[in-house]
Amino acid sequence: MTAPNHNWRKFKNTFMQTLTFACAILVVTPLVLVFYHLIKEGLSSINLAFFTQLPKPEGEDGGGMGNAIVGTFVLLAQAAVIGVPVGVLGGVYLSEYGGTKLNWWIRFAADILNGVPSITWGIVVYALMVVPMHGFSALAGGVVLGLMMIPLVMRTTEEVLQLVPGGYREAALALGISKWKTIVQIVLRTAMKGIVTGVLLALARVAGETAPLLFTALGNENWPHNLTQPIAAMPLQIFAYAIGPYNDQHRQAWAGALVLLLLVLFINIGVRFLTRDRFKPKT
Amino acid sequence: MSTAANNPNTALTIRNLAVYFGANKVLKDVSIDIAARAVTAIIGPSGCGKSTFLRALNRMHELNPEARMEGEIKLFGDDIYSRNVEPVVVRRRVGMVFQKSNPFPTMSISENVTVGLRLNGIRDKKILNERTEQSLRMAALWDEVKDRLHAHAISLSGGQQQRLCIARALAVQPEVLLMDEPASALDPLATSKIEELILELKKEYTIVIVTHNMQQAARVSDFTAFFYIGELVEFDVTTKIFTSPSKKQTEDYVTGRFG
Repeated sequence: MTAPNHNWRKFKNTFMQTLTFACAILVVTPLVLVFYHLIKEGLSSINLAFFTQLPKPEGEDGGGMGNAIVGTFVLLAQAAVIGVPVGVLGGVYLSEYGGTKLNWWIRFAADILNGVPSITWGIVVYALMVVPMHGFSALAGGVVLGLMMIPLVMRTTEEVLQLVPGGYREAALALGISKWKTIVQIVLRTAMKGIVTGVLLALARVAGETAPLLFTALGNENWPHNLTQPIAAMPLQIFAYAIGPYNDQHRQAWAGALVLLLLVLFINIGVRFLTRDRFKPKT
Repeated sequence: MSTAANNPNTALTIRNLAVYFGANKVLKDVSIDIAARAVTAIIGPSGCGKSTFLRALNRMHELNPEARMEGEIKLFGDDIYSRNVEPVVVRRRVGMVFQKSNPFPTMSISENVTVGLRLNGIRDKKILNERTEQSLRMAALWDEVKDRLHAHAISLSGGQQQRLCIARALAVQPEVLLMDEPASALDPLATSKIEELILELKKEYTIVIVTHNMQQAARVSDFTAFFYIGELVEFDVTTKIFTSPSKKQTEDYVTGRFG
């Protein structure tokens, strides 16, 4: 009686192990598929012109999306200007000042905001900025991405500040250093890597947003020159080309998607680099 | 006791001190005079309120929003709980060293020493350099680190880190130094260095040290206070506490019968 029972257990064990392994592989398969497709379809269109030239008129081959690449960086810079200070200072409040009850509500609101669909952000900023200003603009695009960054940056900032041992705060306060200086010079400095990591991840997250930009930045065939005018952005250009009728547009869309993915990938590698010794014991 | 209030040999005059955390009274009616330029040890079993007592002396217990105190503490005659006294100012006069050494990991050895001065507005390089050497010498660390003042503070050993923390506290030139079990995380050799240092420092500073180590209290202190469940049981000259205490509880504790 014992032998078959034992075999049955061994079988179950092996079966479950294989199943979980298969699922783990399944998780990374999409990444491989995405890369494979993007490289296969897009790599041939990546050349110097792709990074430096404007799009050619409809139907003409060649050209590039230099304006969209610059536009994406302009939008991200604006988003950072809005999202980083507000997010970091909000996180400082949650971690260093706030009372338990109020903090609970602020965290709750931030978590809801993190789950708001990006198209909703787009419509709201459209109604609040684009309509009153009588036009789509780079500014509105920066604002919508910045607003999306705030709750992300705030929550990660709070989390990394909580990782700073209380002993450092006590040591500073016991030296007669004021609370604000303790926060800026001791707590924030100690947590700097973590905060930069949070900011980079938030930037990576909004870099690929398309829907909110359709309502705000709109897209542009020319180089960015004025923040009150519509601006090109990589996700918008990819969207426009992907639904366009010409094969060369499709190829460029693939190339754009590849470049966008590489941008996000490099940000993530940068984050790994920054955080490589974050959990080294500090004593 | 009545003459102690304005006696220059008395650093801290504590009268009827009680500390509450919420509804919980952790210190009850403590009155004690801490002698200037001497070492006063606070002993007692865990939870007896000795750390709370220490932290009330530089208002560090106020970091707990639930904390509330009654009574009076005077530092060389100044009421440190007076309405117009900022805790920040009290803490500059009454420094503190903690159980776990906590040099700031983002700063070099010299930056750690001068941080209290720099963040209180002292920029003069000459003063900062002078104070760095002076403080490190007082903390008996200068010879070990003088060639690597710009190395990371966390590259030091545990005992060195604790002496760096003492140097950091000394650099702001406090009048009193509070030490909360400063050697309990250190090995015997590092501990004996800290003890030698304490004996050296008492020539210029008033030191109050909380310790779990009875031998340490006997070795380094001039006066000893025994706390038990939030009350001051006995306070006397150290040799008396350890040889012929007047209370039975004290005797039981120092002879190791409980605690």
